[in-house]
Amino acid sequence: MGAASSSDTEDKTVSFDIVAGSHSHILFEENYLIMFLGTIVYAIVNSVILALMAIGFNLTFGISGVANFAYGALYIFSAYASWMLLNLLGLPYFLSAVISILLTALLGALMYRFVLLRVRGQALSEVIATFGIGLAILELFRYLGFVGFEYNLPVFIDQSFLIAGTYIDMQRILIVIIGTVLVVALWVFTHHTSLGLAFRGIAQDERTALSLGIDSDRIATVAVSFGAGLAAIAATIIIPLGSIAPGEGYEVLIKALAVCIIGGLGSTGGVIVASFIIGFAERFTDTYISSHWTMIVSLAAILIVLIVKPSGLFGKQKELEERI
Amino acid sequence: MGKEGFRSLINQSTIQRHMKKRKERIDRGIKARSSDIFALSSWREMLYLAAPRLIPLIGFLVLPLILSTYWQKVLLSVAVFALLAISWDILAQTGMISLGQALFFGMGAYASGTLNHYLGWHPLIAIPIASVLGGLVCTAFLLPVLRLRGIYFSMVTLIIPLMLVRIVEATKIFGGTEGLSSIASLPSKWIELYLIMGALTAALFGFRRMLGSDYGLVLKGISDNDRSVMNAGINIYWFKIQALFISSCIGAFSGAFMTHVYMFVGMPVFALDYSILPIAAAVVGGPGTLAGATLGAFILVPLSEILRGIGGLRIVFYGLFLVVFIVALPEGIFHYVQSKYHQFERWVEVE
Repeated sequence: MGAASSSDTEDKTVSFDIVAGSHSHILFEENYLIMFLGTIVYAIVNSVILALMAIGFNLTFGISGVANFAYGALYIFSAYASWMLLNLLGLPYFLSAVISILLTALLGALMYRFVLLRVRGQALSEVIATFGIGLAILELFRYLGFVGFEYNLPVFIDQSFLIAGTYIDMQRILIVIIGTVLVVALWVFTHHTSLGLAFRGIAQDERTALSLGIDSDRIATVAVSFGAGLAAIAATIIIPLGSIAPGEGYEVLIKALAVCIIGGLGSTGGVIVASFIIGFAERFTDTYISSHWTMIVSLAAILIVLIVKPSGLFGKQKELEERI
Repeated sequence: MGKEGFRSLINQSTIQRHMKKRKERIDRGIKARSSDIFALSSWREMLYLAAPRLIPLIGFLVLPLILSTYWQKVLLSVAVFALLAISWDILAQTGMISLGQALFFGMGAYASGTLNHYLGWHPLIAIPIASVLGGLVCTAFLLPVLRLRGIYFSMVTLIIPLMLVRIVEATKIFGGTEGLSSIASLPSKWIELYLIMGALTAALFGFRRMLGSDYGLVLKGISDNDRSVMNAGINIYWFKIQALFISSCIGAFSGAFMTHVYMFVGMPVFALDYSILPIAAAVVGGPGTLAGATLGAFILVPLSEILRGIGGLRIVFYGLFLVVFIVALPEGIFHYVQSKYHQFERWVEVE
């Protein structure tokens, strides 16, 4: 395995050699250990990124039953909105990020009010409508020529650290921190605030919730808008690692769907576990087998989970409704 | 008798929201006579029944002859997209909304390309075998999802073709990014044209008949209420598998055919275009009739050819079309035209 990995992994091994080179005596095992620890560190970051991408989609579906296929488009929309506010209007970065998150949440709410409300309950029409909206947004950006490396967002703090023999930049650390905080905040929100409890009430039994005076349409609007806002937050902290491109929207949607299928739709715990499974599997195949195989690993994971446990690892709550 | 009369009654009751007057739709006399009483008495009545079937049939026969070379090529892609839309529609009727017709198309294309490129099979042998082969592979891929209802099928069909592109790119199988070129073309332009037109005619009329038969009723029943179909002692997985196989074979056929037209197969066969346009065609034309899907393809593909100048904006329009039609006219154009043909309307006072 050692010989194969050193010939197959291109840039990763090189960077690790540089790290190892700073020590004077390089033992082969030590190099190996550093590579292993580095992979773990990056796998954690990767998992948190996946969880951030999927959590908004999952929240919207879990509460309102709307599968928001415009999710990737909303992600990209917020990134471009933020870029435009920053570069065309010259607003400070923090302000433009906040405004773009609010704008995206508003767009989500409008989408629900004016389109989804009319096809509510017909899952298949909802899928086609949201997919159409997402397609229109993404392809409009592509048509307008928003492609290239100049379309990127700055990192929050430009600094990097050495953790377990691996250099890691501040942005990635922030992603892990913000991701953790966000998940905890969401948990507190859904368990200890009245709006959050209403969310869960609608998710559990819409009719009973209605009889208790919870307006399901209003809650569903808020849920879609919340999901959109979470997509925007994810975009704001993840996009600085690369550049903004319309194709990224499809990528995010695929990743969110893959995580949700494996974890079980509507289950937050499932999303987190599934992101860690995919995140670790991807990084480890990347380092030890070949970067070509990362996609195959996710696809195989999806197919295996669907065969073994069709509702996903944690899809218990809705299992009876979804399985036939 | 019952079905049509009942439908017009429903139409009447849904219009009643206008308080003062309401629109009444009544079957034309000729419709009642010609569809219920089978002693046809005049040429007019026979023509009334035959015209909706003859017009597309004659159109498919004559169009290749009168069009210029450029528009003949457009006609080819119209027919291919119509087939994909029909294949989408059959799935949709069974309650499976696919967002990845490109999977079927691409599988067929790669199967035929491989058979021809590596084994040197003649296109006319490779195409049918690739259709069945592609259908089998796609069915096998999607088999695990069939046990779930709702949006899972859409999610998985959306993901798989996009992932397969990545896999072909990475593992360099089947020519990798460069694809397989120098694939044999069909013997002549006319065989090309009439092969696809013949396939379209057969698919349109054959599967329309299939959906109208008892078999089709079972498929529609699965999408309406799968549990009650199960209660009737019918194995719905088996029927879903069959519908999936039929649909993916149609998709694979169009892919295999296109491979030999372009004389090339590569990663673009999994492109989003092949997923979106068929859905747009079926939704715009009117899902559930297959004729609507065909009509939609005959409207959208030439339209996008005329609008070639606006490039990527076309897909934006497809997206918007989808939203507008799903919300405002979910029945589609075909149902609208059909009701105009069979029924007349008048405003009547509400007592």
